[in-house]
Amino acid sequence: MSRLGECFRHLRGAGRTGLIPFVTAGDPSPTGTVDLLHALVRGGADAIELGMPFSDPMADGPVIQAANERALARGVKLAQILTWVQEFRQRDTKTPIILMGYLNPLECFGVQKFAHQAAAAGVDGLIVVDLTPEEARAETKIFQEAGIDLIFLLAPTSGPDRVATVKGLGSGFVYYVSLRGITGATQEDWSAVRGRVASLRRELALPVAVGFGIRDAETAAQLAGEADAVVIGSALVDYLQRAENDQAAQVLAEQFLRPIRQALTAKEIA
Amino acid sequence: MGQYQQPDAQGHFGIYGGRYVAETLIPALEELQTGYRQAMQDPAFLAELHSELRQFVGRPNPLYHARRLSEQLGGAQIYLKREDLNHTGAHKINNAVGQALLARRMGKRRIIAETGAGQHGVASATVATRYGMECVVYMGAEDIQRQASNVYRMRLLGATVVPVHSGSKTLKDALNEALRDWVSNVENTFYLIGTVAGPHPYPEMVRNFHRVIGDEAKAQCLEQTGRLPDVCIACVGGGSNAIGLFYPFVEDEEVRLIGVEAGGLGLDSGKHAAPLNAGRPGVLHGNRTYVMADDDGQIEATHSISAGLDYPGVGPEHAFLKDIGRADYVTVTDGEALAAFHRLGRVEGIIPALETAHAIAYALQLAPQMRREQTIIVNLSGRGDKDIHTVAALEGIVL
Repeated sequence: MSRLGECFRHLRGAGRTGLIPFVTAGDPSPTGTVDLLHALVRGGADAIELGMPFSDPMADGPVIQAANERALARGVKLAQILTWVQEFRQRDTKTPIILMGYLNPLECFGVQKFAHQAAAAGVDGLIVVDLTPEEARAETKIFQEAGIDLIFLLAPTSGPDRVATVKGLGSGFVYYVSLRGITGATQEDWSAVRGRVASLRRELALPVAVGFGIRDAETAAQLAGEADAVVIGSALVDYLQRAENDQAAQVLAEQFLRPIRQALTAKEIA
Repeated sequence: MGQYQQPDAQGHFGIYGGRYVAETLIPALEELQTGYRQAMQDPAFLAELHSELRQFVGRPNPLYHARRLSEQLGGAQIYLKREDLNHTGAHKINNAVGQALLARRMGKRRIIAETGAGQHGVASATVATRYGMECVVYMGAEDIQRQASNVYRMRLLGATVVPVHSGSKTLKDALNEALRDWVSNVENTFYLIGTVAGPHPYPEMVRNFHRVIGDEAKAQCLEQTGRLPDVCIACVGGGSNAIGLFYPFVEDEEVRLIGVEAGGLGLDSGKHAAPLNAGRPGVLHGNRTYVMADDDGQIEATHSISAGLDYPGVGPEHAFLKDIGRADYVTVTDGEALAAFHRLGRVEGIIPALETAHAIAYALQLAPQMRREQTIIVNLSGRGDKDIHTVAALEGIVL
C-alpha cells in the first residue's frame, strides 16, 4: 500500500482527522527546509504538503504569493526540491509528502522525467492547481505508472458531474477547497463545509482533505471528526516568517502545529 | 486549406488553448460558455449588439487608403482599418460591448477586468457605466505609472482602479489578480477578459466579438479595390486586434497574415515581448500557448515600449496559426515602432498607439518590396493620444 493510503487507513483506524501542514519549499530558508519538514512531523503532521514555487501563482493569496517570490529569489528549483524530499526520506520513511504547484514548471522539467525522479525521491502525491481533470488524461497515466497519486481539487462550486469526473480520475485523496476564494481567505460557514464534506465522503471512494480557511486550532476544530484531514497553509507560512534562523523556524513550526493537532485529536471521526 | 473550424468543443486550437484553471472557476466557465452560446443564437441579443456597435461605438469605421504614405514607399498600397476612430479610441470596445451585454443577460452586476496600456480598462469602464454595472479594473503598479491619463479616464468613468504590486507589476500580474478576484466573487461577477487568451471560452468568444474588424475590412477592400488584400498586418500582444482582422481571412489562402510582436530592444537582448518568436509552448493564465519562460518554467519579465504588448503569453489561436503556417509572426523593435509612430503622424495626419505603431513599422518595411497594384491592410488598432507623454518623455520633453 502507498504511504498516503497507509496514512489515511491509519487515521481511519485511529478515528482521527489528520493534519497536513503546507510550507513553500525554500521558505523561510532554503538551508532549513529538510529540518523544517521533520519539525512539522514532530509538531503532529500526518502528511506534508510542500509547495513548489511559481512566478504566477494565480490561486494563491498574498501570503503564499510572497513565499513563492521569496523562494524564487533564493533560487529554489524543482531538482533541488526533489533532493530535499530524498534527504527527508533518509530519516522519515512514513510521513507522506505531497508536492503542490502549477503546471508550467513541471512541463519545462518534463512531466515524465519529473514523475520518475519524484517517485525515486520519495514523493507520494502531487497537486497541480491549474491542471484540471479534463486536461490531465496523459498526466494521470504518467503519475499512476510512477506510483504517485495525482490529487484533484473540488470546490463549493463543483456540481455532480465534476465530482464524478474526479472520482474516476483522482487517487490518494480529494482536496476539497472549502471556500470560493484564494489561499489565506476566511471561511464563514463551517456548517456548510461539514455538510459538503460528509456528502463527498459518501460519494467518493477516496478520503477528503479540506483546505483554505483553516488557520488555527479553533478553525481546525470545526472539521475535527468530519474530514479525513485538514490542510493548513497561509497561517503557518505567515507564522514562520518571524523565525530569525533555521533553528527558530523549527521551534515555531512545532509550536504552531501542536494545539491544532490537539484540537483534531479531541474529536473522533465518524 | 479547406474548412477552418477552431476551436474544438473543449476550446482546443490544435494542442493549444483549453482550460487550465483552479477548480473553483470551472463551473463559472461552463456557465459562461452556455450563456455565450445561447446569446449568439438569440436574434434579440445579436440585434442589440449590432445596434450598440453602430450607435455607441461608431461602426462601421473606414478602411482608409493611406495614399501619401503608399506613394512615399513606392510599393504596395497601404489601407488602414480605422479602429482608432471607435469610441474610446481603440478596437477593445468591440469586445467590451459584447461581453458587457452578455454579462447583463446573465444577470451579473459586477464587472472586473485587467488592463495593460489601459485601453481595455477604459473600454470596460465605459461599457460598465453604459449598462449600469459596477466596474473594478486591475492594473500593474508599473503600468499605472506609465499610463496615468488612462487611469484617470477610468476613474472619471466611475471605475475602481486597483494597483497590482505583485510579480513584475505589469499586465500578467493584473491578470493573476483579476483571476483571484473572480475566484473569490464568482457568483455575482463577470470577468471581462480583454484579449484572446485565458481559459476556454474566452479565446473563441473574444475573437468572435472582434471579427467585425475583419468582416468589415474584407467587404470594404472588395468594394474599394475589387479584390482581396495581399497582406493583412496587425500587432500582437495578447492578439485580439490581430485575430479580429485575421479570422475572416483565414480560409482565403492567397491573403498573407502577418502578426507583429514587440521586439523591444531586440530579440538578442532578451528584453522583448515576443513569445511566438522567442518563447516556447507552455501554460499560462488558463490556456496552453507560447509563453516566455526561463529554463525552469518560471514566467519571464517582458519589455516593450508599449504597455499593451508587454505580455509574456499570446492567444492560443495565434500559436496554432503559427504552427500550421497560416500566419507569420515577426518582430519590430521599440525604435522602429517609435519611428513609425512619428512617420504616420507626419505623413497621414494620424497618430497611432505605440502598439499599433509596431504593425505600421512592419508595413513600412514590407510595402517597398511589393508591387504598386498590391494591397496591404494594416489594422490601425488604436489612437496614440494615450502615448504622447511616453513619447515626449523619451525625447526629453516634459508636458
